[in-house]
Amino acid sequence: MKMQIELNNRKLEAESGETILSVAKRAGINIPTLCYLEHLKPAGRCRICVVEVDGRKDLVPSCSFPVSDGMKIHTHSPRVLEARKNLIELMLANHPDDCLYCNRNSNCDLRQLADQLGVRERELVHVEPHFEIDNSSPSLVRDPNKCILCGKCVRVCEEIQGVAAIELLGRGFESFVGVENNKNLATSRCINCGQCILACPTGALTEKSQIQDVIDALNDPEKYVVVQHAPAISVTLAEEFGVEAGIDVDGAMVAALRRMGFDKVFDTSFTADLTIMEEGSELVSRIVNGGKLPMLTSCSPGWIKFVEQFYPDFTGNLSTCKSPQQMMGAIIKRIFAQREDIDPAKIFSVSIMPCTAKKFEAGRPEMGENGIQDVDVVLTTRELGRLLRMYGIDIRNIEPEQADSPFGERTTAGKIFGATGGVMEAALRTGYYLVTGELMEHLEITPVRGLDGIKESKIKVGDLELGVAVASSLSKARILLDEVKKGRSDLHFIEVMTCPGGCVAGGGQPIGTNVDKIKARSQALYKLDDSETMRMSHENPSVKKLYEDYLGKPLSEKSHHLLHTHYEKRPI
Amino acid sequence: MIEEKKVLTRHVGVPGMEKVDAYMNDGGYKGLKNALDKKPQDIIEEVKKSFLRGRGGAGFPTGFKWSFIPKEKTKPHYIICNADEGEPGTFKDRVIMENDPLLLIEGMTIAGYALQCDMGFIYIRGEFRKIAEKLETAIENARNANLLGKNILGKGFNFDILVMRGAGAYICGEETALIESLEGKRGEPRMKPPFPAVEGLYKCPTIVNNVETLACIPIIMQSNGKSFKDMGTFQSAGTKLYGISGHVNNPGVYEYPMGTNLKDLIEQAAGGVKDGKKLKAVIPGGLSAPILKADEIDLDMDFDACIKAGTMLGSGGVIVMDETTSIPEVAKSTIDFFVHESCGQCTPCREGLHKIQETLTKMMAGEGDENSLKTIFKIAKTIKGTTLCPLGDAGAMALEAMVTKFRDEFEALNK
Ligand SMILES: Cc1cc2nc3c(=O)[nH]c(=O)nc-3n(C[C@H](O)[C@H](O)[C@H](O)COP(=O)(O)O)c2cc1C
Ligand code: SF4
Ligand code: SF4
Ligand code: SF4
Ligand code: SF4
Repeated sequence: MKMQIELNNRKLEAESGETILSVAKRAGINIPTLCYLEHLKPAGRCRICVVEVDGRKDLVPSCSFPVSDGMKIHTHSPRVLEARKNLIELMLANHPDDCLYCNRNSNCDLRQLADQLGVRERELVHVEPHFEIDNSSPSLVRDPNKCILCGKCVRVCEEIQGVAAIELLGRGFESFVGVENNKNLATSRCINCGQCILACPTGALTEKSQIQDVIDALNDPEKYVVVQHAPAISVTLAEEFGVEAGIDVDGAMVAALRRMGFDKVFDTSFTADLTIMEEGSELVSRIVNGGKLPMLTSCSPGWIKFVEQFYPDFTGNLSTCKSPQQMMGAIIKRIFAQREDIDPAKIFSVSIMPCTAKKFEAGRPEMGENGIQDVDVVLTTRELGRLLRMYGIDIRNIEPEQADSPFGERTTAGKIFGATGGVMEAALRTGYYLVTGELMEHLEITPVRGLDGIKESKIKVGDLELGVAVASSLSKARILLDEVKKGRSDLHFIEVMTCPGGCVAGGGQPIGTNVDKIKARSQALYKLDDSETMRMSHENPSVKKLYEDYLGKPLSEKSHHLLHTHYEKRPI
Repeated sequence: MIEEKKVLTRHVGVPGMEKVDAYMNDGGYKGLKNALDKKPQDIIEEVKKSFLRGRGGAGFPTGFKWSFIPKEKTKPHYIICNADEGEPGTFKDRVIMENDPLLLIEGMTIAGYALQCDMGFIYIRGEFRKIAEKLETAIENARNANLLGKNILGKGFNFDILVMRGAGAYICGEETALIESLEGKRGEPRMKPPFPAVEGLYKCPTIVNNVETLACIPIIMQSNGKSFKDMGTFQSAGTKLYGISGHVNNPGVYEYPMGTNLKDLIEQAAGGVKDGKKLKAVIPGGLSAPILKADEIDLDMDFDACIKAGTMLGSGGVIVMDETTSIPEVAKSTIDFFVHESCGQCTPCREGLHKIQETLTKMMAGEGDENSLKTIFKIAKTIKGTTLCPLGDAGAMALEAMVTKFRDEFEALNK
């Protein structure tokens, strides 16, 4: 039903059931929020979005309050502005004065609001920081002193990821976000996805920064410093320099990495192509030889820990393929090193990932040999942005260059790994060829594209009708796994991306959870796929050469040793 | 002379009222019998005509609240009796439950029928273990007499009541926090809308009413709405249990017509200020109600008159303070209570009340300055109207009233 309302003295039409916040947004009026999360039930905790409604004594939270016919709303009246300002002052009174040193000082919502609302002096007495910082995790750092208890992280972790590693504990002024039973993040069931970081309005949740390790390595003349960058980085890095979402800066990024002094720049999309060769062959082999089905993708390390913890019966369904990062890591220290005659111990292998869980993955004991880890340091997109700024390099203003060869070449199949459904699409393109010896008529497999949480399709491959499904976010993965557990048997292959939207929305990407941005980033990947000619992983000449020179064929013994791994049940 | 009107308290001191026979011999269950001969909608209309207003604190018209329950039943409906009685200065609900448990149970059963409920819950304050047991006995007795359970009195109505003991937090008396707590979650208030009548316990239509409110229902149904209304004073309906405590000669719970004058209640019902001292201040409706000065107590104790006087009837818990009382001390224990009971969900209550507490604590230690009172006023103003539930508001208003009305005592702290 349509209704008439008045917003800041302007007559507007609104839908019944619509919230004040949503009407205001459509009308181009920006009401600030700190605890509101698109697509989740409003929590009403922060009270920053309060507005005045004629005829009501109290202010109402616009995030949840529905409009009604004839309602007269004031979103920025003197009373509202004063209330908002005072609320921010109250938050700041219980917050460290750390902006100068804070990881989030360039994009902190609290700081920005304090500025917008004109908070210019400390009127209220300050409570000294008194919480211990949780540094235990390889992926995240939690500083409860900077937490404003908006609860977003808790809701994301529980409602989107289905993990519930962190909770709101304590009551009243003693409330805090923490891990139950006094555990820390490292001993919790946290799967390191970093989605909570993207949602956090302040510096209370950040990635565990390893920038200094990289700087030290670059400055060490003894070290041979190699870097790989994941498919989703090139379409998000520019945002760290204030560019709109969805611009690809692949070449500029490669050039920038060289300027910083990296000896080699490889593209993880190369090993994404390699993953497709191995994983596609594994799927075919499982179907032909009666292996465990549905096969589950294994490139998302948050998801792997999730299965090991919550669905240990499914570890046998996980593809044994390492993730592209770890395949590249193994190739660098074990093939590249040998070929170039460099001592693997002298190689410092850095990877730029959209993901905080990759930091954890790189540290898994099975991801190395002879006491040497295959990947030494993982930096997120955000950390790379910071490093580039530190080195005075502006990604907007640099001549593009090509990645190093071999291991720098890629097809666009490897590139679309960065979006949810991309691994599936790439695998189907090559799998179809492996089974039938022919090419698919249409390479675009639209049913697996887009931001829906669960996408399914049936694909005819030769005589076989292949049932495939794609889950983005772990709460959605739970739904599919529970169906399989209950006996659903029409699925052969399931792609799971830990982060909702895939790696373009990974926990290491530019801060925020805006869906339009995520869409623009994936569009940028599909645009590359549309505009280039090499679109199937098995066409990658360097991948072919790697098999000829070294690996033999997919699933060979050498492949297994280098590119495959195993999983274990983890207690929670 | 004001006259006590014992309706809900008529069985105080009469033993054995948890037995169906005893209760019935004194007119009990007449209300339910009348009700079951009517259509549910007609009962709601009768309650509307009684002008009964909720006794839990906010004074919301009960019949009106009941009419929000969906007419078309698509899900289970629930009636919850709020017996958390956590408001400091309040001890009336326990008097009803202890002395006349079947009155409450009859009221809930009628409500259950009128609202097409499948189940009723009594959410009782954790400390009231003995009373909870008494209620359970009474429920068992009613069940044995076919006054609860299947096909009640052969009229085809099925309904039963469960007693649930609370977790001991004041906030669990707030109806949505109570519902969360019943569902086994952290007792934290929900946002409204949606209101419980639409989406309450387990997302089903639910009505939460106070003990005293539900105890009025059999009285209404024994006769009719109009005669209930007439028990009150000219302006207001029914009787009210006033719990009077503090510096009076005869503290206790007294039932008078709704709207009885506060001064008369203190002087006549409670025997006046103790030891011949002078009156200094009165909190008329439980700790959440803004304080009144001695010269403000010529006040009709009903919902509207109290609001007009800048305070609240609340639970009707009258706290009397004599001339020896230090208002800053009272303010300090008041803010301590609210800070302790804040659930912590929303910023203004969690941070604001604590900041007021901090400021007041400093003042009382002689460390305040000219900004201290300014800070208290500023924060109280911020809290009012911005909180998620009324707790924060109540704390802020209570404090603000004390500081405003007894400002000199607070200023003296800074000298
Ligand atoms: C902090 C807080 C505590 C409350 N505690 C009680 C209580 O102990 N008992 C009660 O009946 N109502 C209490 N209420 C009021 C309830 O939320 C609700 O309004 C009431 O139970 C409705 O019953 P009524 O309509 O019969 O008054 C409290 C409200 C708040 C905000
Ligand atoms: S979280 Fe924001 S307000 Fe707090 S120190 Fe960091 S930048 Fe400043
Ligand atoms: S990283 Fe992911 S799993 Fe860990 S606490 Fe954050 S949202 Fe939860
Ligand atoms: S850690 Fe961040 S997201 Fe979580 S409650 Fe605190 S401020 Fe909000
Ligand atoms: S006002 Fe206080 S008690 Fe109520 S929801 Fe907010 S923090 Fe909790």
